[in-house]
Amino acid sequence: MSSTVQPRGTTKIALTAHSWLVYLFFFAPIFVLIVFSFSDDNNVGRWGGFTLEWYQDFVEHNQLQNAVWVSVRVALLSTVISVVLGTLAALALERFKFRGRKVFDALLYLPIIIPDVTMAVMMLLFFSEFFDLLDAWFGLDLQKGLGSITISHIAFNISFVSVVVRARLAGMSEVLEEAALDLYATRWKTFRYVTFPQIVPGVAGGALLALTLSLDDVVITQFAAGPGATTLPVFVFGLIRRGVTPLINATSVLMLAASVILVALSLAFQQFSGRGGRPSLRAAREAVSAPPKTNTQIKEGINQ
Amino acid sequence: MSDRGDHQVSEQIAAVKLTAITKRFGSVVAVDNVDLEIADGEFFALLGPSGCGKTTTLRMVAGLEFPTEGSLKIFGDEAGTLPPNRRPVNTVFQDYALFPHMTVEANVAFGLKMQRVAKHEITGRVQEAISLVRLEGLEQRRSRQLSGGQRQRVALARALVNRPKVLLLDEPLGALDLKLRQEMQGELKALQREVGITFVFVTHDQEEALTMADRIGVMNEGELLQVGTPAEIYEHPVNRFVANFIGQTNLLDASVVSNDTVCLANGVHIPGKSDLPVGTRVAVCLRPERAGMHPPEGVPADQQSVVGRLESVTYLGNALVYTVVLDWVRLEVRRENQPGGYRPHVGEEVAVSWTLDAISVVRA
Repeated sequence: MSSTVQPRGTTKIALTAHSWLVYLFFFAPIFVLIVFSFSDDNNVGRWGGFTLEWYQDFVEHNQLQNAVWVSVRVALLSTVISVVLGTLAALALERFKFRGRKVFDALLYLPIIIPDVTMAVMMLLFFSEFFDLLDAWFGLDLQKGLGSITISHIAFNISFVSVVVRARLAGMSEVLEEAALDLYATRWKTFRYVTFPQIVPGVAGGALLALTLSLDDVVITQFAAGPGATTLPVFVFGLIRRGVTPLINATSVLMLAASVILVALSLAFQQFSGRGGRPSLRAAREAVSAPPKTNTQIKEGINQ
Repeated sequence: MSDRGDHQVSEQIAAVKLTAITKRFGSVVAVDNVDLEIADGEFFALLGPSGCGKTTTLRMVAGLEFPTEGSLKIFGDEAGTLPPNRRPVNTVFQDYALFPHMTVEANVAFGLKMQRVAKHEITGRVQEAISLVRLEGLEQRRSRQLSGGQRQRVALARALVNRPKVLLLDEPLGALDLKLRQEMQGELKALQREVGITFVFVTHDQEEALTMADRIGVMNEGELLQVGTPAEIYEHPVNRFVANFIGQTNLLDASVVSNDTVCLANGVHIPGKSDLPVGTRVAVCLRPERAGMHPPEGVPADQQSVVGRLESVTYLGNALVYTVVLDWVRLEVRRENQPGGYRPHVGEEVAVSWTLDAISVVRA
């Protein structure tokens, strides 16, 4: 283990200390947040003994509960739609040659690159103009709310999904699809039985990423939300202005937990896809150590 | 010489018939005006260097590329623009393209499942195909748990289980090491005899083509240069490229003087039959194993010869290869390693000789 590239002496101590400091910097705020979410004191930062009162508040707070359900619905809906559209975009960009492919490719990255605030203002303008137009044409009275939030989340999630799915597709040989076509599969069956099973880890990873991004987004949602509906992060943001109680701590802890679970799931899926066949490799090793029947075994059998 | 060369191509419906097939990718002509008939039951090889259009030709038969021009018939039916899933052909891909998320069994069953063959029939036919390629016991493995040779067999079983009318093989042995490749050559040949299906395979390995194929089509730069039995192609190449590509050969620059005389580049007239017009630039093709070697004064009267200096001798064990240098050409002579006989030393003057039937005159 003591190879020459391993740091030694003071270098080693300094590097270790540095790593611990970085982690302390990362996790100390989280730790403080979690601790104070159980604090029996109206002041956010003062310890007043242990209580679960704030979590109870969270459950009983009607507006908060509404916001939670808006968040969940927006997240699920925008994820489903952006996964479908993002996967289609990934397939088109990775498998087909068509006019304007490069332009489309570059444009698809735009929502990832442009600042959230810019995107948010774009959404705000878009919805106000677009709704005015629809109202004028069809005599409607459209309001921003669940619908506009969902659309704006789809708009940025498509990019993330397609990037993740494309990475997976790029590693999959096109010849597999040709082989399926050669074996009498239609285009749809080729996708269903060959392409999709190959990219499913990417699709799942993309879906979990989209879900997380949707649940966490504040800036864009704030501009796309209306009086009708608001998501949890935006509502929490509003709470801060109205005076802070440890209710915010409890809410944040729960949001943190949800995000961590989703990200962990997403990583697990990608890990699974990346390694491809660890369990099968084990199976292979077992199979090799116990081959079906070798020549020598057969000969021994005859000799007996 | 069993059944080689006696396929009556024109009298029955050809398994595959290409008429004036051209394939362009943008401005690149991948396949240029190819006419080809492959007979039912034939083991046919498309041979050529990489980029010669052989794989594109195969892919057009499979339906993975559509011809830009020309007609493609499979057993008499126009198939040029049919999608691959509607052609009675199956392909063994170069790297086998086994579905990694499926077991061997599921891979083999895939084609039947897609054709909605009844479940109980699938089970039987899959077992049959798996035992045909001797993969019993490996049904539940996945492709990454198989060796190269086993993968190749799965790919074969996966194609043959569908009982295609034509089996296409794209460099089927390319991914295997030499020993396994030689083994599989024999197995493929035996398998083709057993199932009686037309095999069309693409290869860049001339030895593989000579060993396995009933007939060979030699391609270069998109053109089909020559079609014939291995013997025809080896012994009567149509041009310099074919002569060079198939086996080792010496090519002596010459020009046609009359229909039975050519003039070598050194000005000497020698007998050499050709039906090319007088003055055509040609090459006299002399295979190293058909060339003789004698002292300059001891050439038999019935043989032609040129004299040069022996530059080197390569010892191959079963044979010796002599390199003889003239001021206008360098010749190789291969002699069986027999005791006794003429054994010149490096630096000596030697005569490289041949009889009239040892050479062929090919277009330059």
